[in-house]
Amino acid sequence: MSIIGWTFFWVAVTFSVYIGIAIWSRVKDTAGFYVAGQGIPSVANGAAVAADWMSAASFISMAGLISFMGYDGAVYLMGWTGGYVLLAVLLAPFLRKFGKFTVPDFVGERYYSNTARVVAAIAALFVSFTYVAGQMRGVGVVFSRFLQVDIVWGVIIGMAIVSLYAVLGGMKGITWTQVAQYTVLIIAYLIPAFAIAYTLTGIPLPQLALGKVLPRLDQLQYELLGNFYSQPFKGSWDMLNVFCVTFALMAGTAGLPHVIVRFYTVRRVVDARWSAFWALFFIGLLYLTAPAVAMFARYYILNAFNELGPTGMLDLSWVQNWAQTGLIRTGEWSEGMTAATLLSTIDRDIIVLATPEIANLSA
Amino acid sequence: MAQMDRKTYWREVRKRTFWLLVIWFIVGYVLSIFLVEPLNTLKIAGVPMGFWMAQQGSIMIFILLILAYAIMMGKLDRAAGVEEDAGTTTPPSQAH
Repeated sequence: MSIIGWTFFWVAVTFSVYIGIAIWSRVKDTAGFYVAGQGIPSVANGAAVAADWMSAASFISMAGLISFMGYDGAVYLMGWTGGYVLLAVLLAPFLRKFGKFTVPDFVGERYYSNTARVVAAIAALFVSFTYVAGQMRGVGVVFSRFLQVDIVWGVIIGMAIVSLYAVLGGMKGITWTQVAQYTVLIIAYLIPAFAIAYTLTGIPLPQLALGKVLPRLDQLQYELLGNFYSQPFKGSWDMLNVFCVTFALMAGTAGLPHVIVRFYTVRRVVDARWSAFWALFFIGLLYLTAPAVAMFARYYILNAFNELGPTGMLDLSWVQNWAQTGLIRTGEWSEGMTAATLLSTIDRDIIVLATPEIANLSA
Repeated sequence: MAQMDRKTYWREVRKRTFWLLVIWFIVGYVLSIFLVEPLNTLKIAGVPMGFWMAQQGSIMIFILLILAYAIMMGKLDRAAGVEEDAGTTTPPSQAH
């Protein structure tokens, strides 16, 4: 079967599994719909939270961002994990102790105020809409590349499938679906990372391989761009900005309504604490690998530029495939262009998905 | 063995939470941001240490912080006699 055939096949298989799980965990009452009847085990809840995390931003975009930012990409790595520590020790167990359904509930009762409850509800709506918009962008990117459809159709197809299993299974269906999703996602993320680590350095563990790649990458980046990948506080990312953005991301992460709500779905407060640990552990497997993936991608792209130049790169099939989606603006490429200009024509969101293709063809 | 009373329990919870957050701040901000450039003169796993702390070490320590939290709070629960039995579902309680 061709690659597109296999892609359709695997997409169909995984989505059938998700919908099957949704049907198996059909809910009938409010407690089931909103808090999964409070019966989710800690490890499973941890995996579900992690899968939630490994959505468009963390799975697809983050390594790309880090790849372009170098050290300064740490704002995302630390912001989205450090904030989780705040959530785990300051919020999650106490919300579970409170035990109702939603965050605005908690705010209203804790502060004896219906106004506070309404404000919290409005804030949650704003956060949720912003978050969903980001997710839908991710869905669009993935479907447009792999099913070779327009980004708008990609979004519509994704929305239809998600709506189906969310409505059927409520929180219970979503949680168990996400346990399955976590397994698929982490394997999908780690396999290329291990393979590329091994190809580049002979060391399969990306966290150790990056030690061999970084010196070469720093050298290459210095020659082509005049700064080092590992150099802190480049450009507008001075120390104050790095500090403020990290802190903002940490605080924001601690307040994400769709994550907080997950701590209502376990049996006891002690399970809420342990599921927070499992969640960060599971998501940590991705976050600890992303910097390596970022470096590998950056190294390959700079190396290709160094060895082939822009005209030579146009012959590479990964460049052609992604140019079709409009996410690499090859129309702007010319022979004399600088590395910096070429890099600016590449959409950062493609890096995670493109890296396996890049590694196969330019090594 | 005498059980810990509730006031002491909460004081101990807050104390441990405070120290965990001190470590969180040192690892996430002091070492990874404020002191990253001096730290970069050292190397770990082939990589400048400040950079490594920001992109790898901090995440590992955050995971250990939550692990420490879960373990310590469990011990405190048992010392105060408020541990929840396995297989039960804790009912909702007051928000204060």
